[in-house]
Amino acid sequence: MYEIRIHSRGGQGGVTAARLLAIAAFRDGKHATACPFYGAERRGAPVVSYVRIDDRPIRVYSQIRNPDLVVVLDPSVMEVVDVLHGLKPGGQVLINGSDAEKIQGYPAHAIDLTGIALRENLVVAGSPILNTPVLGALAKMGIISVDSARTAIREMFADERNVKAAEAAYTELVI
Amino acid sequence: MLTVATGNKAVAAAVKAVRPDVIAAYPITPQTEIVEQIAEYVTAGEMDSRYIPVESEHSAMAACVGASITGARTFTATSSHGLAYMHEMVNWAAGARLPIVMANVNRAMGPGWNVWAEHTDAFQERDTGWLQVYVSTVQEAYDTTLMAFRIAEHQDVILPVMVNLDGFLLSHSMQSLETVTLGDFVPPFHLPHAIDIANPAGYGTLTGPDQHFKFRWEIEQSMRKSVAVIRETEQDFAGRFGRNYGVAEEYRYEDADVVVIAMGTLGKEAEVAVDILRDEGVRAGSLRVRWFRPFPDLDLSGRELVVIDRDYSFGFGGVLAHSLVAKSRVEPYSVIAGLGGQEVTYDDIAGFVRDRKPGQESWFGVNGNV
Repeated sequence: MYEIRIHSRGGQGGVTAARLLAIAAFRDGKHATACPFYGAERRGAPVVSYVRIDDRPIRVYSQIRNPDLVVVLDPSVMEVVDVLHGLKPGGQVLINGSDAEKIQGYPAHAIDLTGIALRENLVVAGSPILNTPVLGALAKMGIISVDSARTAIREMFADERNVKAAEAAYTELVI
Repeated sequence: MLTVATGNKAVAAAVKAVRPDVIAAYPITPQTEIVEQIAEYVTAGEMDSRYIPVESEHSAMAACVGASITGARTFTATSSHGLAYMHEMVNWAAGARLPIVMANVNRAMGPGWNVWAEHTDAFQERDTGWLQVYVSTVQEAYDTTLMAFRIAEHQDVILPVMVNLDGFLLSHSMQSLETVTLGDFVPPFHLPHAIDIANPAGYGTLTGPDQHFKFRWEIEQSMRKSVAVIRETEQDFAGRFGRNYGVAEEYRYEDADVVVIAMGTLGKEAEVAVDILRDEGVRAGSLRVRWFRPFPDLDLSGRELVVIDRDYSFGFGGVLAHSLVAKSRVEPYSVIAGLGGQEVTYDDIAGFVRDRKPGQESWFGVNGNV
């Protein structure tokens, strides 16, 4: 089982990112669950979402303690949350922005998802949309296929700019 | 069709497939997504149900009662305080023999205020005459909602059914979902005592001391008959759609010396704990109780039992544990865990089994046993 923890702030689309990732994994023929942890949510508060991907049906509902991958959609949460907590030895990190060097002890990939969202004019209520571009980066990392990333995005959003943003992230992420 | 959905959306999809005549709804966390999704279906013309947005849960059930007595198929959904607020009408639905189907997304009762999973909300309605079933996956939420209509409306039953799913843990978790082409799995609804709206009449509902117990006895007779109806419906469902359910789901149960018994998502997570314990050489198994009313007859003889209650009856104990004690004459280790969404992992469940103390009660996360 491959376990992913996504860190974001309320309103940034971390929950939707988890759901998109689960749909994409499912479209790859895998079993997947997205279990967002709902706290006393409000815009701007740090939130976590969980995705599990496996070849077999998934029977776990508790929170992920030891993820294989940590995704940080908003690097500012690192000031208040230990995003590396419980990360497995050999685990990796995907971080929005350019500060991969802020991650110590694990391989980290950085990509400017905010920049991609702004470039594609993907802004809702003043916030750049990060949950569709991040799917492109996750496809580049081999977590899901790029075709399934496109399919998942189109299942949830009619606006093709979301697909373009994911494709841009796929192209720009250097592995 | 294979798709991906949350527990809430799966319930809404099942309701859409069964096409109730009337939906009455009031939103409450974490159920809201169900009635929102149904409202979208109705607005988009994908369902031709009459959708009645009401001002409270009491009115939601009252509207279902009023619609159902005319012979209309009805559905509503609620959680926790919403269920408590409609309590009077929950009794009315069963007493008037109206096969309303309701999804209850299990959530703790306050205060202290809490929106997370607990079964106490539904257990507070257990003596109302409703059938109660508890599900553990998105697929099971969908399948069970479909079956609930057929069971409720069966002429041997004619009682309401409450489909329970754990708040957030299941209601907001996304998993794969295979939707079905229903065919004639749920036959047209016929209410034998439906009122005729073309011929208005007054009905007295007073039942005196010489009558009331007879109505109560009829409810109990139907509840007993529902056991066979549930079995027959689940078997037909398995034959048509390939997924087999039962009053309880067994996992590595056959040769198990110690059995974890739980409901809802904890019952599914317990399967992972069983695998861990088996790897350690413990002959463990699990039993996830699905139907709580009617309460199943389970043959538990010769096993050690660890019962997890995501509920509590103050001054008494875990409701599931003590129901099993009463029905099956066993002496389980009773663990109270997961109240108000308290995090309980498969490792924790394996720990309950390793540290079991038959006949005792223990509150997870609280020092000392009671």
